[in-house]
Amino acid sequence: MVKDKKDFLFMGAVYTFIVAIFIVTFYPFWNIFIISFNSAEDTLRGHLYLWPREFSLASYKQILTDSEIWTAIRVTLLRTIIGTPLAVIVISMLAFALSKKELVANRFWTLYFVFTMYFGGGLIPYYMVLKSYHLIDSFMVFIVPGLMNVFYMIIIRTFMQGLPQELDESAKMDGANYLQIFFRIILPLTTPVLATIGLFTAISHWNSWFDSYVFTYNPDLKTLQAVLVKILNQYQTGSMVGDAQAMANSAKRMAVSPDTIRMAATMVATLPIIMVYPFLQKYFVKGMTLGAVKS
Amino acid sequence: MNMQTKAHPEGSGALAVKRNRGGLLGRLKEQRLLYVLMLPAILLTLMFSYVPMFGLYMAFINYQPGGGTFFKQFFTTDFVGLQWFHYFFTNGDFVRIMRNTLAQSFLSLLFGFPMPIILALMINELRTGWFKRTFQTVSYMPHFISWVIAANIIITMLSSGGVVNNILTGLHIIDEPFQFMQKGPLFWWIIAFSNAWKDMGFNAIMYLAAIAAINPELYEVAKVDGASRLKQMLHITLPSIRPTIIILAILAVGGILNAGFDQQYLLQNNTVMEYSEVIDTYTYKYGLQNGMFSYGAAVGLFKSVVAFILVITVNQMAKKMEEQSLF
Repeated sequence: MVKDKKDFLFMGAVYTFIVAIFIVTFYPFWNIFIISFNSAEDTLRGHLYLWPREFSLASYKQILTDSEIWTAIRVTLLRTIIGTPLAVIVISMLAFALSKKELVANRFWTLYFVFTMYFGGGLIPYYMVLKSYHLIDSFMVFIVPGLMNVFYMIIIRTFMQGLPQELDESAKMDGANYLQIFFRIILPLTTPVLATIGLFTAISHWNSWFDSYVFTYNPDLKTLQAVLVKILNQYQTGSMVGDAQAMANSAKRMAVSPDTIRMAATMVATLPIIMVYPFLQKYFVKGMTLGAVKS
Repeated sequence: MNMQTKAHPEGSGALAVKRNRGGLLGRLKEQRLLYVLMLPAILLTLMFSYVPMFGLYMAFINYQPGGGTFFKQFFTTDFVGLQWFHYFFTNGDFVRIMRNTLAQSFLSLLFGFPMPIILALMINELRTGWFKRTFQTVSYMPHFISWVIAANIIITMLSSGGVVNNILTGLHIIDEPFQFMQKGPLFWWIIAFSNAWKDMGFNAIMYLAAIAAINPELYEVAKVDGASRLKQMLHITLPSIRPTIIILAILAVGGILNAGFDQQYLLQNNTVMEYSEVIDTYTYKYGLQNGMFSYGAAVGLFKSVVAFILVITVNQMAKKMEEQSLF
């Protein structure tokens, strides 16, 4: 009986903890959500906790009619759609080759790739090199450097190493060459891990702002997150100067304010991830535990 | 076939022992398609990882923005040796930058390392069902948003008109809104909490996987012996994931110079710059924004070298510990 009571208290503590974490994790998103749907004037009064007080779609209207945002969405979508499958192919091809013990100079090549995880040239030389490849201010700067990732390669390779050897051997006896083995046999079997890597790569593309921010100057090459950074910077410099007063004055006449615009933009940038993510999370949890834990 | 150029086994120590001439060329010919598969990755890594390493020569010269192409300057510009490193160590920024970097890393570790473990232990105690699944889903949501979005959220919540201040003033804990984002050292704590918030759910996955591998019989026996759930957690679950914890802790320490860039750059403002600036934001500011390319390269090189030594040392320790814990 004592044990049951102890268990009861313990589980009570567990659930309290879980609920607290749930609130801390989720509430910030909710806060943004309600501010974005609230009219600016009303938002200034603060104390918006659970629901929008004065519902307004004005901020969204402003965001979604802004051509800068649409250009940015287009750029981001394009790089995600083009960059992700290409990367998955390049990385998995390498993983396949390195998973073959009989590969000539296998250890050398593995070291060649793994070394880059531990040491790099740094930002400045990287920028210079990009410039000399004429990638600065080009859309390709979003695609080409991102085609290779050693960490993902290791995950895929580990998985491939776990596949039965007999598959290869019987295929070879049937006269298949390495390319055929790769594309027709191994690749289809690797789908769960490929989906995981693809997901991570896609999210990485969707979230990227730094390469657009630093390596491109053309406004037509700004990704969605980079535009969001610009909006954030404007807010931060604005709020240094005069703060609430200035914003209050400008907001009184409009249903939107820099603040609510910022919130709406944030929601627009986050929404795809949040929508897509629950469906894909079962893939990545499986993939992560499959591949990464073994490494 | 351009197979030949790639066939040079520089790492010849790593090649298999049987290596008569006919055999090697024969095997290469057999595997030429494997090499074809590797080709794109090899080229990409060469172009985007190794060539920039060569570019580190910039740290030892006086790079002139207008003075010819990047590669040509290797031959034409004057060698200035360790001048830039000397400048970095003596110009007064070094102590501040290192202090900020290490403080933020340390605090992030302090808060962000135990949280995923505790979270995993708690999640493990939940009964499987929709609640557990929903909670897990929500817990790794912050990991998948960009720091841009996260920074937006954090700044909004901590602003004078934001929720936190609303609550504090509403409960009369303080009279006026507290400017969280403008108090220097507080920035370190904000970074630490943000990092934990963003990654604890995701990092818990690693531990949950380790927990899933625990032999259920251990729990059966404990239950028969009358152990409470708390005792089971402390005496079975926790010790069983100890190897995982130790390895991850060691690896985390190895990454201590990587305090981050995104978070600091996006969350900082001029008021807190003295406390927020870390090595990577410093390199960006001086190297790219202010055009001191060689200086930026030098600082970057310093960080790369120290981080490299740290990580290798720490990885060796992790390997040794793994062997020990297997016994």
